Amino acid sequence: MAQMTMIEAIQSAHDVAMDRDERVVVFGEDVGYFGGVFRCTAGLQEKYGSHRCFDAPINESGIVGAAIGMAAYGLKPVVEIQFADYMYPAYDQIVSEAARIRHRSNGDFTCPLVIRMPTGGGIFGGQTHSQSPEALLTHVSGLKVVIPSNPRDAKGLLMAAIDDPDPVIVLEPKRLYNGPFDGHHDRPVVPWKKHALGDVDDGHFSIPLGEAAIYRPGSDLTVLTYGTMVYVAEAAANETGLDVEIMDLRTLLPLDMDAIETSVAKTGRCVIIHEATRTSGFGAELSAVVQETCFYALEAPVTRVCGWDTPYPHAQEWAYFPGPDRVAAAFRAVMEA
Amino acid sequence: MATRARKAPAKSKAGANKGGLSAPKPAEFTKDEELTAYRDMLLIRRFEEKAGQLYGMGFIGGFCHLYIGQEAVVTGISMAMEDGDQTITTYRDHGHMLAMDMESRGVMAELTGRRGGYSKGKGGSMHMFSKEKNFYGGHGIVGANVSLGAGIAFANKYRDNGKVCCTYFGDGAANQGQVYESFNMASLWKLPVVFVIENNRYAMGTSVARSSAETDFSQRGVSFKIPGFQVDGMDVRAVKAAADLALGHARSGEGPVIVEMMTYRYRGHSMSDPAKYRTKDEVQKMRSERDPIEQVKARVIEQKWATEDELKAIDKEVRAIVADAAEFAQNDPEPDVSELYTDILLEA
Repeated sequence: MAQMTMIEAIQSAHDVAMDRDERVVVFGEDVGYFGGVFRCTAGLQEKYGSHRCFDAPINESGIVGAAIGMAAYGLKPVVEIQFADYMYPAYDQIVSEAARIRHRSNGDFTCPLVIRMPTGGGIFGGQTHSQSPEALLTHVSGLKVVIPSNPRDAKGLLMAAIDDPDPVIVLEPKRLYNGPFDGHHDRPVVPWKKHALGDVDDGHFSIPLGEAAIYRPGSDLTVLTYGTMVYVAEAAANETGLDVEIMDLRTLLPLDMDAIETSVAKTGRCVIIHEATRTSGFGAELSAVVQETCFYALEAPVTRVCGWDTPYPHAQEWAYFPGPDRVAAAFRAVMEA
Repeated sequence: MATRARKAPAKSKAGANKGGLSAPKPAEFTKDEELTAYRDMLLIRRFEEKAGQLYGMGFIGGFCHLYIGQEAVVTGISMAMEDGDQTITTYRDHGHMLAMDMESRGVMAELTGRRGGYSKGKGGSMHMFSKEKNFYGGHGIVGANVSLGAGIAFANKYRDNGKVCCTYFGDGAANQGQVYESFNMASLWKLPVVFVIENNRYAMGTSVARSSAETDFSQRGVSFKIPGFQVDGMDVRAVKAAADLALGHARSGEGPVIVEMMTYRYRGHSMSDPAKYRTKDEVQKMRSERDPIEQVKARVIEQKWATEDELKAIDKEVRAIVADAAEFAQNDPEPDVSELYTDILLEA
């Protein structure tokens, strides 16, 4: 065990995977020599050589396209899109090629590819460095989509993603890289180095894709959330004094339906929280599956707390960001319903 | 349909850039031009220094890409532009806005996210615009503005207005696929656009040599029959002469030109840059030997077009403008929360 930040845990997953499997290659913008803008690939080029960890030009479509070709021919590329906001040039490659090549080739060709993308806000990045585009990815059959919320999960899910035979998108909430940010932007964040969830196993271990975790058990209501919002939900739970069960979904596609059903059947109340804009966000899907599977157990309408339906703002970021106050208000509302 | 005999393809001259433009000699500046260039570059320099300070003090958050070192590029080009010519650029955009005569206050207040900013604080450092000054933005996505520049140029041609769109991007953006789609359309349709590649040698932390198979970006248009040449982007006179030629070519209906400005940024890519990808000596050498502002200053003194004291007075005037902008940007209120819901769609 070692105490790691999320960045170090992600770096460690790369390191272990490259050590275990020669087919693993790692590349992206500033990924090689520079070690990644967030340092998630630091030291890999030195250790494994520039044929296995290297810089790509600034061309996201080309990066993903080339990685798909590598994957189809037996390599296991792990690429970084520097910010999830930069994925749009690569979206055609992700949707039309990566996600579809297995189906289209009748299983002859597969795409064991991992695309990592720092996601989400809370860093004053404005509209092109703060977005949460998960719903654009969960809408695509043929992809898997994961989003860890702590160093241990970040390593375990990335290892599982690299081991997986299909394309996996790993969304990394960049506001969590150094500590569990709970939405109280005016208070210091406890660094992962001093946090229980910063304890990460050395070597290889994986957390199965498609399994949610109960971050905090409770009986009053169920929170379905992921990424940064896990900690915002926790802050709101503490501040309201309610016995909130917080489910960290960890994998958005495929969804852990059993876990969702079990929890909501138990509590009868469900609040869904995400940073992304509300309309057609992933919360809409969650809301639909909850009412489909738990309708007769529900004591209150399923409620969403999300980013607003606006571009991610530069000024007034904390008004947009669904912080503890908005989440607490939703908790109270579903309890009173 | 009648079949037409196909013409034999014309033989291209080996090595020559089709279109045959080459870098002109640096312009001979008059006293007025030298002093204008000096003042305009100094304004950008002092503005950016102040922005860096405000960032350090916590007034500016997130991203802030300073233009220090590259001032000659946008200054020389703006000296060659005509009224109504447009500018569009990427995210290192503060200098471009000042060169387009946008107000220092409005730019600085956008950096601090205040309502007096050009985008009411909603855009931030990388995302601001001014229709009045024909500035089509700051764009945060690398290379995404290049196609827009071609589109603006198309509109110029369609309206037959005689205007040219200066479309700026960096050596990093020059590897984006959409840049080449834009090149093709611009040349195919003979659009009045000048593609200005600001080659500052580093795409964030990755040097040109580590990211680019052909490092002479001026020749990236050869396959699209776009003429191009490299220019000393640290010498404002060289930039001005190059811009005169390129803008004239584009304006005359001959189609696009690529001008690669060989320049250098002194500061980090953004504000958190470990700068491990280059040596301090390299930066220092550029600063001490090639600084665009010092070059003008030396010529002005040598020609006796101004004394040290007179140049200091210009600096004082520029510092006052910047201080006023900084004061405004720190004290102007934030936009109201309700502003986040404005300007998303046309309100009924």
